[in-house]
Amino acid sequence: MNASTPTSARFVNIGERTNVTGSAKFKKLIMAGDYPAAVEIARQQVENGAQVIDVNMDEGLLDAVHAMTTFLKLIAAEPDIARVPVMVDSSKWEVIEAGLKCVSGKPIVNSISMKEGEAPFLEAARKCMDYGAAVVVMAFDEVGQADTKERKIEICERAYKLLTGIGFPPEDIIFDPNVFAVATGIEEHNNYGVDFIEAVKVIRERCPHVHFSGGLSNLSFSFRGNEPVRRAMHSIFLYHAIPAGLDMAIVNAGQLDVYDQIDPELREACEDVILNRPARSENETPTERLVTLAEKFRGTDAVAEKSAEEWRGWEVTKRIEHALVRGIDAYVVDDTEEARAAIFARGGRPIEVIEGPLMDGMNVVGDLFGSGKMFLPQVVKSARVMKKAVAHLIPFIEAEKQPGAKAKGRIIMATVKGDVHDIGKNIVGVVLQCNGYEVIDLGVMVPWSKILEAANENDADIIGLSGLITPSLDEMVTVAEEMQRSEMSIPLLIGGATTSKVHTALRIDPAYKGPVIHVLDASRAVGVASQLLSDTQRDDFVANTAIDYNRVREAREGKGQSDLLPLAEARANAFVPDFADKPPAPAQPGVHVFENWDLADLVDIFDWTPFFRAWELAGTYPAILTDDVVGESATSLFADAQAMLETIVSEKWLTAKGVCGFWPARRDGDDVILSSPARGGGPAQPVEGTLHQAPRSAETPLHHPADGPPPRTGEELEVRLPFLRQQFKKSRGRANFCLADFIDPAGDWLGGFAVGIHGIEPHLARFQASHDDYSDILLKALADRFAEAFAERLHQHVRTTLWGYAPGEQLTNHALIREEYRGIRPAPGYPACPDHSLKPILFDLLRAQDNAGIVLTESQAMLPTAAVSGFYFAHPESQYFGVARIGRDQVEDYAVRRGVELPVAERWLRPNLD
Amino acid sequence: MTTPREQFLAEAAKRILITDGAFGTEIQNWKLAEADYAGALGLSHDQKGNNDILALTKPEVPESIHRAYFEAGADIAETNTFSANRISQADYGAEHLVREINVESARLARRLADEYAAKDGRPRFVAGAIGPTNKTLSLSPDVNDPGYREIDWDTLVDVYLEQARALVEGGADFILIETVFDTLNAKAGIMAVRKLEAELGREVPIMLSMTLTDLSGRNLSGHTVEAFWHAVRHAKPLTIGLNCSFGATQLRPHVKTLAETADTLIMIYPNAGLPNELGAYDEMPDTTAGFVSEWAIAGQVNVLGGCCGSTPAHIAAMAKAVAGLPARQLPALEPVTRLAGLEPFIMAA
Repeated sequence: MNASTPTSARFVNIGERTNVTGSAKFKKLIMAGDYPAAVEIARQQVENGAQVIDVNMDEGLLDAVHAMTTFLKLIAAEPDIARVPVMVDSSKWEVIEAGLKCVSGKPIVNSISMKEGEAPFLEAARKCMDYGAAVVVMAFDEVGQADTKERKIEICERAYKLLTGIGFPPEDIIFDPNVFAVATGIEEHNNYGVDFIEAVKVIRERCPHVHFSGGLSNLSFSFRGNEPVRRAMHSIFLYHAIPAGLDMAIVNAGQLDVYDQIDPELREACEDVILNRPARSENETPTERLVTLAEKFRGTDAVAEKSAEEWRGWEVTKRIEHALVRGIDAYVVDDTEEARAAIFARGGRPIEVIEGPLMDGMNVVGDLFGSGKMFLPQVVKSARVMKKAVAHLIPFIEAEKQPGAKAKGRIIMATVKGDVHDIGKNIVGVVLQCNGYEVIDLGVMVPWSKILEAANENDADIIGLSGLITPSLDEMVTVAEEMQRSEMSIPLLIGGATTSKVHTALRIDPAYKGPVIHVLDASRAVGVASQLLSDTQRDDFVANTAIDYNRVREAREGKGQSDLLPLAEARANAFVPDFADKPPAPAQPGVHVFENWDLADLVDIFDWTPFFRAWELAGTYPAILTDDVVGESATSLFADAQAMLETIVSEKWLTAKGVCGFWPARRDGDDVILSSPARGGGPAQPVEGTLHQAPRSAETPLHHPADGPPPRTGEELEVRLPFLRQQFKKSRGRANFCLADFIDPAGDWLGGFAVGIHGIEPHLARFQASHDDYSDILLKALADRFAEAFAERLHQHVRTTLWGYAPGEQLTNHALIREEYRGIRPAPGYPACPDHSLKPILFDLLRAQDNAGIVLTESQAMLPTAAVSGFYFAHPESQYFGVARIGRDQVEDYAVRRGVELPVAERWLRPNLD
Repeated sequence: MTTPREQFLAEAAKRILITDGAFGTEIQNWKLAEADYAGALGLSHDQKGNNDILALTKPEVPESIHRAYFEAGADIAETNTFSANRISQADYGAEHLVREINVESARLARRLADEYAAKDGRPRFVAGAIGPTNKTLSLSPDVNDPGYREIDWDTLVDVYLEQARALVEGGADFILIETVFDTLNAKAGIMAVRKLEAELGREVPIMLSMTLTDLSGRNLSGHTVEAFWHAVRHAKPLTIGLNCSFGATQLRPHVKTLAETADTLIMIYPNAGLPNELGAYDEMPDTTAGFVSEWAIAGQVNVLGGCCGSTPAHIAAMAKAVAGLPARQLPALEPVTRLAGLEPFIMAA
């Protein structure tokens, strides 16, 4: 089915490849006793998205009991297969029962029926209950298989009454009302498709909670040998049967067409047959028309497949290049082995496979990327293929015990201490590896000591640092200072969303005598690395960069930066909203916890544009999909994202947890004072390892000491939130904004929220284990989208319901993304509220760790990484703005209001001080 | 007449119930010699460590431990029969005594339960404890042959049936299939009880308790807590829960998951923390009680108790900590199809 068809989320795909009656390949393997290869088929099915796997060993020449139990025991030992439920499929009860004795979860039995009468039917059903299995019930009775709508209804209804009568849970009943062949030329068969669909509708009404399944291959039996027509018929049948209630089918998902993409003429002809519509002309019945038309489509598959597989006939180095450029990993291990064997046969060494065909292929990739003909998502896929090939060769290279090929250079990469963001770093790492550099990735939250140690131990040529949040900038300065202290001289590369050439020139470069280079994006990384490691280009490059940075510094000094107002004047020019319009008290005050927000609901409101930006594809969604330059790449990436999203949602890979709250508030100068119910316990438990909650007692007390003892009014506790005010001189009429301006000094309300996306780790571990950077980065990028969408959705829920100041709001997704609603949700660490260290106060108010499982690092980065937090301001005139540069007077004032030492305030506000 | 199931449900509706704590560590305090275990049975194997056989050779030991737990406030006595099955007893050459050990252990627990109930009018229950045996239906002990199994389903069902039959004969109210490290073993246990019910012509309520072997919340056969629940829900268990595994702090997220997804009573009896370097448990009673009572306060449990390292003092501390707290309300579940591999799979209605 089309990945984006909404019904498919409720439609269960049952893998049919491990069925000897459905797959010739599987049958051959089982007959030959090649169980390991048969197990691989099961694995592929699960990897390809089968949610349940059907196992059937009904073959006359097989000992079906032995084959069934052997196979089930083997797949039980494979966690990536055994994670999905099994459908134990046989026409013989003894085979089913033998299978049930080997299946440890809750399986489905396929099938039982009233063919032999009520007593054996109920006996089998009771056993299914004792073994703990759901059942497929065939519409079959003592008389025979149900063919017409009436017979299907009659038999299923009777079975339902019998089963529920012995206490069988109705939700564990799956009816198979028999799909029969249509277009057979026999007139009585013409209505079989309609009979099925109509019967399902009625049975669903009369037998609450049951499900429906069907074997599709019967339907198109008349067209065997003509796969394009069969596929079209199956897709069209599902298109009509699913809305009627069909919710599972034994089908090879890869062999279905997307309804919209079926040839319109063929689609109409198939539809006429399946729905038994009247003839469109007097001299041709719908069946005759389809039979005639079918010939036109016969064999079209073979042609397509032939051209698709043509490259498999090429010479091995060309095949490797093709696989790398196209990102096809299916054959790369075989091809690599073939190349290795050939090189070995002529006395060569395994490393030559890397130096030869693999690097040649990657050079093609590098050239295409460099010239803008390939894009990051494709390059990352290429890297996945490369990694698989290299993984195959490593044992041979190690067995040879000779020094490996000299990489172009060895680069240490790390996300600095306190920061957890690594999508960008990983992309840069992949691009560098693709270009022949050895990358030693130290991961996230890496302290400077470990970075230096790794650089020394590995004799690194370059260190690359990454960070996303502003406090990471300071940490990068620390790394640079420590590199200087230990008298290193290797180049230091700086990258990440908040880094800039200006910051690098002003702050990091002066701290380290070796070359410091700011790398704008992944595509520049190779050029920078190659010049730094080139004997001929290095000196010029370093000198030119130094001149460039000097110029930046001079420009900065001489610039006589924009004039700042004294703080008192800026305050006098505060924004004054009309408090007659202030929001009403929240409909539901207090703290609200959301343990598991529906992921499918969030997918609907994804803002895709930043997703493409994360992959360095420039453009706005959806226009980007048809962009002349990046459209193809974006479309392919988008399709992969959709496929992964579907799995994320259907298999619940991720959990969206969130919390929000509203508190009575009043403005006091540039502070907002909140009343919060006094908390029972102390601060939340610290997290083990290098993470901890900010040392609140020392650095960020909730109350300003000058306020005296914490003001307690009954159970209420007052919490002071200091905000910063714009100080640069405004043109006439424009106010100097501060978030506190939006709160009424006479009494008002303020909200806060934190949302996080949990559960990503095991999946990332799996991708990393299979050298799959592409999926790794894709999943992280999607998790970020979920977090943003959750923040958006929760804000909407707050506006319409929880706070309820805009109960009638009706916004399209587009309007939501463009924030065309009333109220704002600024986040600590972002322009309107640049101090990241307000986060612990917000988290404390929300008990965000307990309520949403989100913790803060020492730099106030949030974990899980895909998380968003902020304050809710509801006044209709509240708006986003940037605090930008502030004066010393405000920093000093802020330090006092915030209750921290001046150097601490300076550290947190550094980006606003330069 | 009310059945034990009805009686238990009525009590559980009123308050948090308490089951007992560890036997192994309590027995160690007696510093028994081999001769104490062996008694006059004339068995060929060394009996030291065969805790279950004390029911025949030194019944005053299990009796005093049951008494201590009842005194501490337990509502349930779990019979001292964790290893009293044909497979485990074969290691002691005592497989022919399986019936006798179970009957006597259950009788002992029954007598004491009735004695304490008579004293204060509060009902006490006997849970006939069935351990997992040391054989597994889902895993191969031979790394080179993943399809090999040391035991088969039918044999294991017979082993469990023999033990369950004897426990009920001795007066057990329920069969407690505990420390489930292999979900398929537990399913065989359920089948054994179903067969016993057919023999007796009446219901024998089942209690099920899974043990986690890793912090991600899976048992040895790889099932998540939710998948386990889906796989055994057909037992219509009186209680479902977790025991042993780790200390209470490590179980916290998994208790929450179970409480949200299981529409039956929840019974949790964790170890007294994690063992220290010497393998001993040193979490203090009030500490353990503090952890487990958090679940009670959060409305996540119906029955609490202890496993490895817990003592009557731990049970007393728990009973005190949860006294007066309201019972957990059962969630009403949508009638959707709950399947499972190692992971749960739900088909929407």
